[in-house]
Amino acid sequence: MARILSLKEAIAEFVHDGDTVALEGFTHLIPYAAGHEIIRQKRRDLTLIRLTPDLVYDQMIGMGCAAKMIFSWGGNPGVGSIYRFRDAVENQWPRPLAIEEHEHAGLVAAFAAGASNLPFGILRGYTGTELANHTTVKFIECPFTGEKLAAVPAIRPDVAVIHAQKADRKGNVLLWGVVGVQKEAVLAAKRAIVTVEEIVDELDAPMNSVVLPNWLVSAVCEVPGGSFPSYALGYYARDNAFYKKWDAMSKDREAFLAWMERHVLATTDFADFRRSLQAVEEQA
Amino acid sequence: MAAYTSDEMMTIAAARMVRNGSSCFVGIGLPSAAANLARLTHAPDAVLIYESGTIGTKPNVLPLSIGDSELAETADTVVSLVEIFNYWLMGGRISLGFLGAAQIDRFANLNSTVIGPYDKPKTRLPGAGGAPAIAASCGEVLVTLRHNARAFVSKLDFVTTMGHGDGGDARLKLGLPGKGPTAVISDLGILVPDPITKELTLQSVHAGVTVEQVVAATGWPLKVAAQVQTTPAPTEMELSVLRDLNARTALAHAGQA
Repeated sequence: MARILSLKEAIAEFVHDGDTVALEGFTHLIPYAAGHEIIRQKRRDLTLIRLTPDLVYDQMIGMGCAAKMIFSWGGNPGVGSIYRFRDAVENQWPRPLAIEEHEHAGLVAAFAAGASNLPFGILRGYTGTELANHTTVKFIECPFTGEKLAAVPAIRPDVAVIHAQKADRKGNVLLWGVVGVQKEAVLAAKRAIVTVEEIVDELDAPMNSVVLPNWLVSAVCEVPGGSFPSYALGYYARDNAFYKKWDAMSKDREAFLAWMERHVLATTDFADFRRSLQAVEEQA
Repeated sequence: MAAYTSDEMMTIAAARMVRNGSSCFVGIGLPSAAANLARLTHAPDAVLIYESGTIGTKPNVLPLSIGDSELAETADTVVSLVEIFNYWLMGGRISLGFLGAAQIDRFANLNSTVIGPYDKPKTRLPGAGGAPAIAASCGEVLVTLRHNARAFVSKLDFVTTMGHGDGGDARLKLGLPGKGPTAVISDLGILVPDPITKELTLQSVHAGVTVEQVVAATGWPLKVAAQVQTTPAPTEMELSVLRDLNARTALAHAGQA
């Protein structure tokens, strides 16, 4: 049953060194605050899973949290590379990063299989690509038609971490908009942490919307703005300018470390991080 | 006729290939600009679909990411990733896929994974994303990218997405449902696969571009059609709609600080 905790308490209790962790979000509702708290608490040897690792995984990789990443598209959407990820793959800095690389449709099938407690997901995929030679995929024959299909092993993370718009005081969660694979990630995981924009008395969830009942969730943490610089539909827009600025800020190791030290390690929580960034904006 | 850039010509030539009423699965960047230009000009009833699950989206500005709020808020419906990839894409509901790439070969196979060896890459690129599934399952696929010998290569550093494999009936043999790439639109011209061998053939050069220029910018001995056409220059209307769209987009992306 979900407990309402501070994010600091939730990460301390539910994310351990060596865990397989999925911080999911498909350009919307990306759990930045939770990623920062994992960095502050210096978790190590994590296997990070996400279809679209972007800036928050770039930060976690650059700060040495990750030993492995399972992904299907790693970049700064519409801008270009994520340089800490590239530095880890190209130069093993700050440590070697093992990668298991898929196509989106493959990881989607793997999450759905994990949520369904099935051993693998199937799809018409990987065919004719070199991905198949470099990742965990096997081809099987349909027992009814003989068609050759790709099989990907189910994803069962130790922890899923997502951001949502709302929870009620009992810890039931509501999210809407681009919802990605967050529901599947939570259902596939052993433990789940959800940060939310606000905790309200009544959820008032429209029928058929994405609701995660409190008995699926380990902890709910109220972190307003917790998906900045991503967005929370109905609350704030994506800060596209920040994504563009990150390109220059993350190219250089020293500049990256100085930024992380000042704005993440030296701040106590996400609100403090936002104040720290605000102070820089005001000086400029 | 107003002056225009080769990038504008590329986007406009690509947009013209989107048929009104088609359902179009759109990649971010150049394909997104072209698909939206089509929707704002000759193809108002084209249904644009992004892999974030936004179906029938009508953005007023181009999205920077594949899941910007602009896409969700202007969509007919927004579905989960499990739904978009399984029911809509693999389910065979999408008539046209629209992709970019870092590298392309003579059979329109695409690389968006690495430059250099996979295990020791010179440049690590973002990777596959939805491209292999889009190329496998859409009825047909358009590819758009800038034309130079680093992009149009004789051998891909990595096959991320299968176009026509090693040519001929390669797709049929592997059981890929869609027709695969039917045109490649660059900033120099338009290439289409030979109906039998599937090798890309220069069909059209954009106004002011010579066949020799395209051949020189291609990393393999490019097949050239017996009668190469000239892509009609952009109309005033196409240019002004594209420029308005780009101007709105630049303002929106800079303003959200």
